[in-house]
Amino acid sequence: MALLEIKNLHATVDDKPILNGLDLTIGGGEVHAIMGPNGSGKSTLSYVLSGRDGYEVTGGEVLFDGKNLLEMEADERAREGVFLAFQYPVEIPGVTSITFLRTAVNAVRQHHGESPFDAMDFVKYIREKAAGLNVSDDMLKRAVNTGFSGGEKKRMEILQMAALDPKLAILDETDSGLDIDALKVVAEGVNAMRSDERGLLVITHYQRLLDYIVPDHVHVLAKGRIVKSGGKELAHELEESGYAEFLEDAA
Amino acid sequence: MAADAEALEQVRTIGEQYKYGFVTDIEADFAPKGLNEDIVRFISKKKEEPEWMLEWRLKAYRHWLTMEEPKWQKPQYPEIDFQDSYYYAAPKTGDKPKSLDEVDPQLLEVYEKLGIPLREQEVLAGVEGAPAVAVDAVFDSVSVATTYKAKLEEQGIIFCSISEAVREHPELVKQYLGSVVPYSDNYYATLNSAVFTDGSFVYIPKGKRCPMELSTYFRINAENTGQFERTLIIADEGSYVSYLEGCTAPQRDENQLHAAVVELVTLDDAEIKYSTVQNWYPGDEDGKGGIYNFVTKRAACRGKNSKVSWTQVETGSAITWKYPSCILQGDNSVGEFYSVAITNNAQLADTGTKMIHIGKNTRSRIISKGISAGKADQTYRGLVRIQRGANGARNYTQCDSLLIGDKCGAHTIPYIESQNPSAQVEHEATTSRIGEDQLFYCRQRGMDEEEAVALIVNGFCKEVLQTLPMEFAVEAQKLVGISLEGSVG
Repeated sequence: MALLEIKNLHATVDDKPILNGLDLTIGGGEVHAIMGPNGSGKSTLSYVLSGRDGYEVTGGEVLFDGKNLLEMEADERAREGVFLAFQYPVEIPGVTSITFLRTAVNAVRQHHGESPFDAMDFVKYIREKAAGLNVSDDMLKRAVNTGFSGGEKKRMEILQMAALDPKLAILDETDSGLDIDALKVVAEGVNAMRSDERGLLVITHYQRLLDYIVPDHVHVLAKGRIVKSGGKELAHELEESGYAEFLEDAA
Repeated sequence: MAADAEALEQVRTIGEQYKYGFVTDIEADFAPKGLNEDIVRFISKKKEEPEWMLEWRLKAYRHWLTMEEPKWQKPQYPEIDFQDSYYYAAPKTGDKPKSLDEVDPQLLEVYEKLGIPLREQEVLAGVEGAPAVAVDAVFDSVSVATTYKAKLEEQGIIFCSISEAVREHPELVKQYLGSVVPYSDNYYATLNSAVFTDGSFVYIPKGKRCPMELSTYFRINAENTGQFERTLIIADEGSYVSYLEGCTAPQRDENQLHAAVVELVTLDDAEIKYSTVQNWYPGDEDGKGGIYNFVTKRAACRGKNSKVSWTQVETGSAITWKYPSCILQGDNSVGEFYSVAITNNAQLADTGTKMIHIGKNTRSRIISKGISAGKADQTYRGLVRIQRGANGARNYTQCDSLLIGDKCGAHTIPYIESQNPSAQVEHEATTSRIGEDQLFYCRQRGMDEEEAVALIVNGFCKEVLQTLPMEFAVEAQKLVGISLEGSVG
């Protein structure tokens, strides 16, 4: 059974159709990249999968681990193991990152019948995960994403991913706003999390990120549908030729 | 309780008789409904008060008769019939719940969440036959309380009921009572001056630092807090005390109007930290049956380098209407006001502070966090006044309002008056809506909606919550979440 099966997915935002019959299957251990021009529906796909309000599914189905994903609330999907690394991580003033992380991790643990971490145990747990991502104790004490640099925000996203240990991680333009050094740290963090069970969906506009997180499959999204699929070499072709042909084709 | 029913019946009968020229019977444990000079005398006599105290009460009562109920506040409420209330030992209405089974399950759910033991739940919910003094269940035991008391006495610290203080320490009471909030101050404070029956008195002698938060004892001591509480705290030169008022569990109460007066006095180099967590019954979703919390709280920083900090977390009551204030008389004195006010459903609040700068180099800091949800409406109203002689005075004010949903309101009304050109006054205000993006971010990490709201709002209030003493801060944090349950979605 595939980890994620998207069949003929249609979705609208403010009654405007954005996804128009999207099909995609991700198996455990696979890394898929979705590339596409601005406005092709990349971010909409990530929000539809994670259950954000305002993104209305008008047709099709999505199975996650064999369960109907679209029936679940956003928080339920997260607890079931769907993780979204945000393109623009949100600031939560006054809430320390470590408190935020612990609240999230404990919500997921309790969902799976595990006992919640107390504060002391959690510090140990998170420090281990944080070390590889160059996230300092000081950063953990600062309010969530508040006053963080672009690189810090993305590292914090990946730390959250590592802490929550999801079955499926969606990375929404994680490369945006990162210089090359920051990009490498983030990519290393993501690669460290590749496993036989976990599925990864990397959404990006540029091929650059895929030099560091090398995908098994690359798909081109245009006008709300997958218009071409291939191996990792497809990303390089796109870098050369651009998206123009797909826009015309789909039009 | 049979005794209560009996008492009630007696009161009814007496009340009937009164119309025909009843003279208050001093042997009775209660006064009939209504307010007149005889009732004031009755209360004073019951409390075995000296003549001067009675005179003061009567002066207040006579003045009260000439006053009009204020109408300038934002929350409006139906007229209160002052003749329809009991002013002394108000008998219970006889419809007390017999056991926790009869208590509103929603109330019990909240107790559960706050982790309150069963026995204490009974006391809070007013269950018939629950211990009159919630000693064993509430906190510790009598012996502990006695140990505390001995420890305090050793230091010369006086901590007793206001009635006891009137009898045992008349010189202190005479000197300070009404010196911060005069009997003629305002409608409700004047009423309180005439009929107050309960409250606490604290005196910290020169140079003493009170060795404990005066809270544990308070909860044991004042289980039966009255409708008209009067609190007086005096910190003599170089002394310090931290005082905690209130309870994080919603308290049922038969009295709808609560008109308390709190007076604080700090002399040279003294400091009082006064923390309140107020969670009176807010009424049902339409605000029916909730408490009116109309309180006058004021501190006089009389001495040089003295300091008063008010911290309040207000989540209860149908209407909260109060402005804990500081009169900064002493040079270099400091006033602080940290406030979290949460209104949900039909709750209303008009609260804030007044900082009156009189002495030189006086400083004040106001941090107010208002959260409105449901169809609640909230007003921050604050006065910063710099008087002519207050050279070098400084004030910093920050008022932040957070709205949850689209049916609630938040208003900020700052009054700033400066008569001294060397003063610096800063005012910052923000109003924001709880972000859909913040909620989604939290939910995407696995938190349910209520957990997410609690987390975000606690972050919003953090600056204030961290000024609370540790034991209160944790409970207050939980309370913030609970108060806002059901406010989203």
